[in-house]
Amino acid sequence: MRDDTLSGGFADPPVDAAHAFRAALSALARPGRIETLTGAQAPEPVSPAAAALLLTLCDAETPLFLAPLHDTPALRDWIAFHIGAPITPPHAAQFALGRWSDLPPLQGFPIGTADYPDRSTTLIIELDRLTAQGARLTGPGIETEAHLSLPDIAPFRANRALFPLGLDFYFTCGTSLAGLPRSTNVEDA
Amino acid sequence: MSDYNFAYLDEQTKRMIRRALLKAVAVPGYQVPFASREMPMPYGWGTGGVQVTAACLTPDDTLKVIDQGADDTTNAVSIRKFFEKTAHVATTEKTRAASVIQTRHRIPEEPLTADQILVYQVPIPEPLRFLEPRETETRRMHALEEYGLMHVKLYEDIARHGHIATAYAYPVKVEGRYVMDPSPIPKFDNPKLESAALQLFGAGREQRIYAIPPHTRVVSLDFEDHPFEASKADHACDLCSARHTYLDEVITDDAGGRMFVCSDTDYCAGRQATGHHGRLSPQEATA
Repeated sequence: MRDDTLSGGFADPPVDAAHAFRAALSALARPGRIETLTGAQAPEPVSPAAAALLLTLCDAETPLFLAPLHDTPALRDWIAFHIGAPITPPHAAQFALGRWSDLPPLQGFPIGTADYPDRSTTLIIELDRLTAQGARLTGPGIETEAHLSLPDIAPFRANRALFPLGLDFYFTCGTSLAGLPRSTNVEDA
Repeated sequence: MSDYNFAYLDEQTKRMIRRALLKAVAVPGYQVPFASREMPMPYGWGTGGVQVTAACLTPDDTLKVIDQGADDTTNAVSIRKFFEKTAHVATTEKTRAASVIQTRHRIPEEPLTADQILVYQVPIPEPLRFLEPRETETRRMHALEEYGLMHVKLYEDIARHGHIATAYAYPVKVEGRYVMDPSPIPKFDNPKLESAALQLFGAGREQRIYAIPPHTRVVSLDFEDHPFEASKADHACDLCSARHTYLDEVITDDAGGRMFVCSDTDYCAGRQATGHHGRLSPQEATA
């Protein structure tokens, strides 16, 4: 058992998770806004923001997909100890974690059903750069327009076209976090 | 050291509620099922709102709780005390000073800001429930965007009364997709549903959570020849003389005496403190 398997959780779980959730809620309710998320440290290559998000939202009830570069024994052990989420293939995943270039085709993730659009995957995507520049965002949560350094445009436009079905996204980079719900219109800046 | 976990609920329950809240934000107006818990208060006292508030609170928050606009009614006081005891958060009666506001059936008069969250207590979250009692059917109607029945109901109002008689829980369409029950707020408050604040709705008994993100389009259903109208009692407040606020009618004796007062007690008190007086203001205040 490695040292970093047992460490890296929240120091004060109820309070740290409350702060982390508010950041996650704010990020998803205001697409394009970049929040800071600290307090958790998972084994490489997981960013602190993604680790905090996993600790806050995932537990034994939420099947989790790990993209190949994230699917390491060290991270599996860390998740088993801190979260207990079962690791699953994309079609069964409620949450997914990975780098954009490393993710399998988005079509493989559940997008919900017409009766239950909430039964869709939330993807946590690790980026090298996350700034409030780039693709133009409009829609719920945005007064006029917002900008976010999305890794691509077309997949998110296709996802928006599925509304009210679709995937929801979090982007993480270091301790930075941004959200992109399925309701957001994405255009080239 | 408190005997309660922070904000009463256990962590796994909070994670479950938080996941539902995020999906609710992602699909504005759609009712997300959640595993509502037994709370130490009866259904109908805001168990849904309390669970949403508990899942959102951080120790840095300042909480305000209103019941029909008032900070000092039983429901508001007991919920405020509940969170003082279980979450040790600061509480306030000032709309402006609050970061989280839990409300029963009103939206504060003062415009909310981007830093605030408004949590509604919802008795019946399904706007189509009184038209179609079967959950399987209403769910399918939402899936198919089949809202003709709601327009028929509003039309029957017009046929019977000459105008749309629905005065509270007036149905709205959110972002052009889902028809939503805004909880039993007076229709006077409907225009305020388009807000800079995040609005979260919790129905405990019915086990549903839904949301309106900031700056989301919220349209009250109406007809071209019978447009929506945000109505209120045609009086001024008898304590602060406001003509632009939602009023409660209070019977003052058994001889037909009555007064109209702002339903939002904090807003009314604020106006009185800055020198506004109404017809029935205390004498020493008007002297």
